[in-house]
Amino acid sequence: MSHTRYRVEDAGEPRVFPPEAMARIQKILTRYPTKQAALLPVLWVAQETWGWISREAAEEVARVLELPPSHVDGVLTFYTMYNLRPVGRHLLQICTSISCHLAGAEGLIEQCRARLGIGPEETSRDGKFSLVEVECIAGCDRAPSIMVNDTYYEPMDEKRLSELLDRLGREA
Amino acid sequence: MEPVLTRRIGKENSRTIDGYVADGGYAAWKKVLSEGWTPERLTDEVKKSGLRGRGGAGFPTGVKWGFIPKDTKGKPIYLLCNADESEPGTFKDRLLMEQDPHQVIEGVILSAYAIKCKTAYIYIRGEFYLGARVLEKAIEEAYAKGYLGENILGSGYALDLTVHRGAGAYICGEETGLIESLEGKRGQPRIKPPFPAVSGVFNAPTIVNNVETLACVPHIVNRGAEWFAKIGRNEKNTGPKLYCISGHVNRPGVYEAAMGLQLKELIFGDAYARGMKGGRKVKAVIPGGASANMLTAAEIEDCPLDFDGVAAKGSMLGSAAIIVMNEDTCIVDAARNLSKFFSHESCGQCTPCREGTPWLFKVLDRIEEGEGRVEDIDLLARICGQMANGMTICVFSDAAIAPPLSSVSKFRDEYLHHVEKKTCLVGKRALVTA
Repeated sequence: MSHTRYRVEDAGEPRVFPPEAMARIQKILTRYPTKQAALLPVLWVAQETWGWISREAAEEVARVLELPPSHVDGVLTFYTMYNLRPVGRHLLQICTSISCHLAGAEGLIEQCRARLGIGPEETSRDGKFSLVEVECIAGCDRAPSIMVNDTYYEPMDEKRLSELLDRLGREA
Repeated sequence: MEPVLTRRIGKENSRTIDGYVADGGYAAWKKVLSEGWTPERLTDEVKKSGLRGRGGAGFPTGVKWGFIPKDTKGKPIYLLCNADESEPGTFKDRLLMEQDPHQVIEGVILSAYAIKCKTAYIYIRGEFYLGARVLEKAIEEAYAKGYLGENILGSGYALDLTVHRGAGAYICGEETGLIESLEGKRGQPRIKPPFPAVSGVFNAPTIVNNVETLACVPHIVNRGAEWFAKIGRNEKNTGPKLYCISGHVNRPGVYEAAMGLQLKELIFGDAYARGMKGGRKVKAVIPGGASANMLTAAEIEDCPLDFDGVAAKGSMLGSAAIIVMNEDTCIVDAARNLSKFFSHESCGQCTPCREGTPWLFKVLDRIEEGEGRVEDIDLLARICGQMANGMTICVFSDAAIAPPLSSVSKFRDEYLHHVEKKTCLVGKRALVTA
């Protein structure tokens, strides 16, 4: 995600790590000499648990790691991959750094705009798709490179993107 | 040159420990332990090999290891494998980790042994989900076979290795930014000194080495420093090297060659990128990732791709990310795109960088859009002058000025065309309607 929003949003409901998440966190803590060092991995656990990181989730992370909530907020808003609001089921991450740019990556963003009615940082009304423009994801030899959630799709072109969106759109 | 680092890429079992061992993997680790090598001997061997850091700076690896104080006053020593590969145009470490994880892990193990480290981390960028999963599985296998953990192969030596995922921030590839990030903080670089080898992560002596650098170490142990030092253009630029080539070429990809491969050979050679797409001409080449000065078509003649060869051309090898742009590329547009990257990725800590990078982008944007003034061209240079040479904590802002400065000096006619004619020299498109 790009840094266009820094605010940590309210979920409006409490967030408490379920037991399986706590078990993962306990294991993570054994790997570091300080609790603070586990912050990035524990934020990943939070994101995997709730899909995004709300103020309540950040406070739960702060509680578990015995850190000031302000420290957690500062870290959370520094890194671009923590979702600061709910995202669609399919998070389309389109690289527009130099090699992908030379290969016409912006056309893919326009294609998403026309097809899904969303621009960067937006989520489709049905909640299926979110779109973000990302910086270099190391897929330069297969430009333009994109990721959907945790998977690369490359090289991408208009036809392949159209087929991919068809397929993902059919998934519930 | 026979492939060294890439010799197992593409093999069916390239990720498994059995496949790795069948191809001679972990022999170096066993050799060091069974022959009773001291950490000092291993460090010396790496020094003799001439291995220089593959992450961008090209600092001699063995010398870096030697900076760890003899007496650490009871503090542990840490090894951090820098797998935050984020420099635009760079994609070699992704390949090594996704395809041959045990080669990287064996490199980490040997290097940890050389610096007497008992806890090592692989700091991998958050986007490399697959790489992280592959490495984690491989590390589990290595523990199970007794190459990691307590009392390794009966030697009494113990080493723990953990994959630590980043979460999206280019600056965490800078070694002190990486250290801050690993400590659970914003990845904002530290003032040096103290250097990490003296006081790094958790205030303890720390060595940060790039993935490809570490992957070289098992081969140096197996085949000897002399063998490694003989590969390459001269004694200062040794070993096999992975080159990432992208942009307007026929066959972009990662290619392994002896250090010092000619840039033109990489672009046009049959074994490499096989020339320009559609037979177009080369306009500009970025030889070392977004942070490197652009080269003109004339400058790519006789340009050996090694640390000193590219430096002699006024640019840098960096992470060996070669980005090729053809004659139809608008250089102002390319510089704008590169400036967008730096503007987005500045960590915000130092004013010249936090303020300078968005200004460079804005000025380039208005020139590209036909709204620039002639003075803007020199304004770019002036902004750059306020960002470089020690004005900031790290070298990020020195990197950020490379695209505008080098393109303005080498392709000034294109900038002038934009501001005077309000059209793009290449696209011949009118940029603003009168």
